Amino acid sequence: MDDLYRDQILEHYKRPHNFGRVEDPDLEFEDTNPLCGDEQRVTIRLDDEGRVDAVAFEGQGCAISTAATSLLTDELRGRTREELLALPKEEVLDLLGIEISATRMKCALLGLKVVKGAGLGEPADWEDEGEQGDPSQAANF
Amino acid sequence: MASTATKPPAERPAYPIEKVRAGFPALEREVNGHPLAYLDSGASAQRVLASIQAIDRYERRHHSNVHRGAHTMSAEATAAYEGARATVADHIGAADRREVVFVRNATEAINLVARAWGDANLGAGDRILLTELEHHSNIVPWQQLAERAGAEVDWAPLTGEGLLDLDAFAALLERGPKLVAVAHVSNVLGTELPLAEISRLAHKAGALVLADGAQAAPKLPVDVAELGIDFYALTGHKLYGPTGIGALWGRLELLRGMPPFLGGGSMIRKVAREGTTYAEPPARFEAGTPAIAQAIGMAAALRWLDGVGMEAVRDHEREIADYALARLEEMPGLRVFGPPRRPGRLGPVSFELEGVHAHDVSEILDRHGVAVRAGHHCAQVLMQRLGVPATARASFGAYTTPEEIDRLVGGLHDARKVFEL
Repeated sequence: MDDLYRDQILEHYKRPHNFGRVEDPDLEFEDTNPLCGDEQRVTIRLDDEGRVDAVAFEGQGCAISTAATSLLTDELRGRTREELLALPKEEVLDLLGIEISATRMKCALLGLKVVKGAGLGEPADWEDEGEQGDPSQAANF
Repeated sequence: MASTATKPPAERPAYPIEKVRAGFPALEREVNGHPLAYLDSGASAQRVLASIQAIDRYERRHHSNVHRGAHTMSAEATAAYEGARATVADHIGAADRREVVFVRNATEAINLVARAWGDANLGAGDRILLTELEHHSNIVPWQQLAERAGAEVDWAPLTGEGLLDLDAFAALLERGPKLVAVAHVSNVLGTELPLAEISRLAHKAGALVLADGAQAAPKLPVDVAELGIDFYALTGHKLYGPTGIGALWGRLELLRGMPPFLGGGSMIRKVAREGTTYAEPPARFEAGTPAIAQAIGMAAALRWLDGVGMEAVRDHEREIADYALARLEEMPGLRVFGPPRRPGRLGPVSFELEGVHAHDVSEILDRHGVAVRAGHHCAQVLMQRLGVPATARASFGAYTTPEEIDRLVGGLHDARKVFEL
């Protein structure tokens, strides 16, 4: 079986969960993967207690970014805004359950970046993984 | 070759593909257990050994700063650097070597014109005419200039085939732009723009013409005098040379009339407390110690290209593009962007495989040792025009073979299999 494009990833890519737009959202945000131009928009409605009642995402993306956000949005109901802001990257990577290379990390984490942006109402402080320079690599031929 | 779609005409001398490939050490390597099939030369070409060796020789025994002092090594370095300038001038048919300004890349060449010429010549209400297929390097500097000057940017549209709509272009010229800035060859569609015709029309309307030659120069003979343009931008790393070096060609009387770009050493005539006077072109536009070794490496790559012959390189590009288009036509669910298959069509070939995102196409091809680019190719205005967020792009070089195109097609079949299509 293909390690990266395993059945679960392809299933979520072809038939993503929570795809679309929530009516009258309380939280809303859109962001892009600057590397390839993929865009995702997340809309979230909160209940009376301020917990996620409904969530949806839309946009065009690769298999990894689409599956990651599909899986992530399945997990958000009942969470508070503060809990969204505290979501660790590892949770998304665990949901994907596959090895993500440095070059695909931006794809895998695009949805989380947008969800956090929705929670904040502005772009989340984001240290893009896979782009950190390593001086030792410059001489490693 | 798995297809009989194209055969080179028998009367033409055979392209020396084996000899060309032998000049590129990187082509000997494997990627993911397969011989490398490098179909990303439009992003950056592989380095030709002649360029690598020229840089190595310079760095080992001849390096010193240029235009400084009278000692032997400075003289050798200066001679080599200025010799590189003359090589670039000869390669593109420049009338005078002083018309060639070394810069970091084509992006910097365009920014230089936007800053030095643009700030001095554009004001509120003036117009700049671009096309829909421009690379960001030929969009953003003009938008920034427009913002500074209070000027307006117009966009010449494309036809359905991805060619410049010349009627619409001519109509936009009636708005009286001061500058027309166009790609010579599209980095996404492979469209070659009719530069001579564009220049004729633009000059008649009173506009100057800048052409971005980043994609064209590696695959076409370029003669700036024949094209009738005013500025031309080049980058070394797409010409089989190093990164960090490119060139701006500009007509000498225009360069002479332009204020400096960056300030610092080398670009001055005299500096005093009261003020500074500036050097003549090209030094006026080359502040600070330049990329000496890289200029030498770029020149070596151009000498190598001249040895193969730009006509032969162009014909090879056309044959490979034609073969790629023929093979891709056979693929189910595949849509090619840009001009259809016909004589003269250049690469790159951008495409979409239905049901598989371009990024995934690239990843799966990489497993087969096939390198293609996926993404918006720094042409998001064009992507909006095409109605897609991204494409996969196979771009070719002097070393590309039909067998590598066959491997691209094989990898695409595998991508469809992986995605259960």
